[in-house]
Amino acid sequence: MFDSLQDRLGSILNGLTGRGALSDKDVSAALREVRRALLEADVSLEVVRGFTDRVREKAVGAEILKSIKPGQMVVKIVHDELIATLGETQVPIDLNAPAPVVVMMVGLQGSGKTTTTGKIAKRLTERQKKKVLMASLDTRRPAAQEQLKILGEQTGVATLPIIPGQGPVEIAGRAEQAARLGGYDVVILDTAGRTHIDEPLMVEMAEIKRRAKPHEILLVADSLTGQDAVNLARSFDERVGITGIVLTRVDGDGRGGAALSMRAVTGKPIKLIGVGEKMDALEDFHPARIADRILGM
Amino acid sequence: FTKRRLDEDTLQDFEDVLIQADLGVETAMRITDRLSEGRFGKEIAGAEVRRILAEEIEKTLVPVALPLELDLEKKPHVILVVGVNGTGKTTTIGKLAAKLTRAGLKVTLCAGDTFRAAAVEQLKIWGERTGSEVVAKQIGADAAGLAFEAYDRALENDSDVLIIDTAGRLQNKAELMAELEKINRVLSKREPDAPHTVLQTLDATTGQNALSQVEIFRNVSGVNGLVMTKLDGTARGGILVAIAAKHRLPVYFVGVGEGIDDLEPFKAKDFAGAIAGLPVT
Ligand SMILES: Nc1nc2c(ncn2[C@@H]2O[C@H](COP(=O)(O)OP(=O)(O)OP(=O)(O)O)[C@@H](O)[C@H]2O)c(=O)[nH]1
Ligand SMILES: Nc1nc2c(ncn2[C@@H]2O[C@H](COP(=O)(O)OP(=O)(O)OP(=O)(O)O)[C@@H](O)[C@H]2O)c(=O)[nH]1
Ligand SMILES: [K+]
Ligand SMILES: [Mg+2]
Ligand SMILES: [Mg+2]
Repeated sequence: MFDSLQDRLGSILNGLTGRGALSDKDVSAALREVRRALLEADVSLEVVRGFTDRVREKAVGAEILKSIKPGQMVVKIVHDELIATLGETQVPIDLNAPAPVVVMMVGLQGSGKTTTTGKIAKRLTERQKKKVLMASLDTRRPAAQEQLKILGEQTGVATLPIIPGQGPVEIAGRAEQAARLGGYDVVILDTAGRTHIDEPLMVEMAEIKRRAKPHEILLVADSLTGQDAVNLARSFDERVGITGIVLTRVDGDGRGGAALSMRAVTGKPIKLIGVGEKMDALEDFHPARIADRILGM
Repeated sequence: FTKRRLDEDTLQDFEDVLIQADLGVETAMRITDRLSEGRFGKEIAGAEVRRILAEEIEKTLVPVALPLELDLEKKPHVILVVGVNGTGKTTTIGKLAAKLTRAGLKVTLCAGDTFRAAAVEQLKIWGERTGSEVVAKQIGADAAGLAFEAYDRALENDSDVLIIDTAGRLQNKAELMAELEKINRVLSKREPDAPHTVLQTLDATTGQNALSQVEIFRNVSGVNGLVMTKLDGTARGGILVAIAAKHRLPVYFVGVGEGIDDLEPFKAKDFAGAIAGLPVT
């Protein structure tokens, strides 16, 4: 569907083979194609701008080698810069705090918070032998608490008993207490989806944080998100200070530019990716794979 | 106020406005090209440029801004709702059922998402809210078989409309798409024209992938109408412009919140104005 960036750059730059170094003009022509490729991959415009500036700095004056075509050379510079922006090292969920360690999940409606809560709980239970409690603070979406309860039954992870009528902040307090008394290592708080301009709900989210004092606050976001990725990531980060990002629906065929946008504006690591609906469809984040995808390689 | 010469830089700025609303590079370029026709090099006020942009976008959207009209000669009229995970199918069904029951129609809902945890319970709550009977089975049941049974139940209880919920799925999952196709096949055995209306939900926060969502769901399920959800956020849903240009499928509603009344008719002018950054009227 998309010409790969390599092909496009090839037709612009490969005639230069045998000349000394990439000129400002050559690079500008190439960067127009890079810009377009990134936008087609849903990278947010403001992030594209900063990104192409950094690539320009690295590419202008770069020595044209005999062994590699100039187009390939620029693709490599772009690819390396993508990986540097996405974060080279894997950052796991940090449980290095006194038990019970509180993990709070936040994000827009339908992004995959509840499903990811179940997946993370299962992973920590099975791989790290942690005793995990899950609690749904979603008193708004119909059957949200029921959904998490069922995921608990499916994965064999404990869930906080549902008490109708309690509000999210109250439930957070009860979860923390239950985790402490029950000797749990980790308590994961699933929250209701919210639009980042819904002021009462953003205030509520900050209150939950104050009450529960989470060690990790994970923004769960759809990898198919478009230009809005910068707005949502920045808003959630400003309001609660996220500690990491989980990208969902990476099993789709989207180009995944939202990953770059969210990482670039928050500086927070992408910790995990969701690759399916089932409870074991959770993987570590590999920046090179997302970089390839963004470039359509 | 401030006039600017409509030169390459100015056009680029306005193309960027469109790109930031998710129109995609190609559509954004097509629209700014039309903007520059006959005006290139002239002095023009920023507000005026935005107005012209909005008009150009509106032209593409007007033909698809249609009201949902159900053929009630078909009784029950069957509405199948499909789309990618979490895009708002079940909620939209609840809101739609509210509109229909308020109009005096009898509605039955079919809990065709037999996969996701508590999908049935979620639809049942919408059934209670709207006074609609819900036909459901246990998790893991065959969705197509359930749709077949729901049709019979809707006939039996004298419903005007049967709305069938389905499990969310990504369009690149061939196996899941084949399961969806089976619902149409089984239903049409029971009633040749069913499903009469096939609605696909699109999430306004989705970027360029929404185009391929429509392409594939349309092929597999015969989608004949769209609903764009989550327009109450900051996303503008501009990919709908590319979708309208390419598929010309009616856009019946937009979702503007999680409440029962947060489903509004799609208005081409308002939608285009929001993309072009016109002040809300
Ligand atoms: N294909 C795929 N589907 C996913 C993934 N993660 C979540 N889903 C699906 O996305 C839909 C929404 O997931 P939820 O976990 O309910 O999302 P949520 O953020 O809790 O939603 P709200 O609580 O309503 O805001 C469900 O159908 C999930 O099965 C993923 O990585 N891949
Ligand atoms: N803000 C906002 N939220 C919405 C809108 N429509 C749906 N939602 C929310 O989005 C989330 C997902 O909606 P669902 O109706 O469960 O989506 P679905 O497509 O049925 O999801 P799956 O069945 O899991 O594929 C819920 O939290 C809804 O309340 C809308 O127009 N605006
Ligand atoms: K979404
Ligand atoms: Mg949830
Ligand atoms: Mg649903």
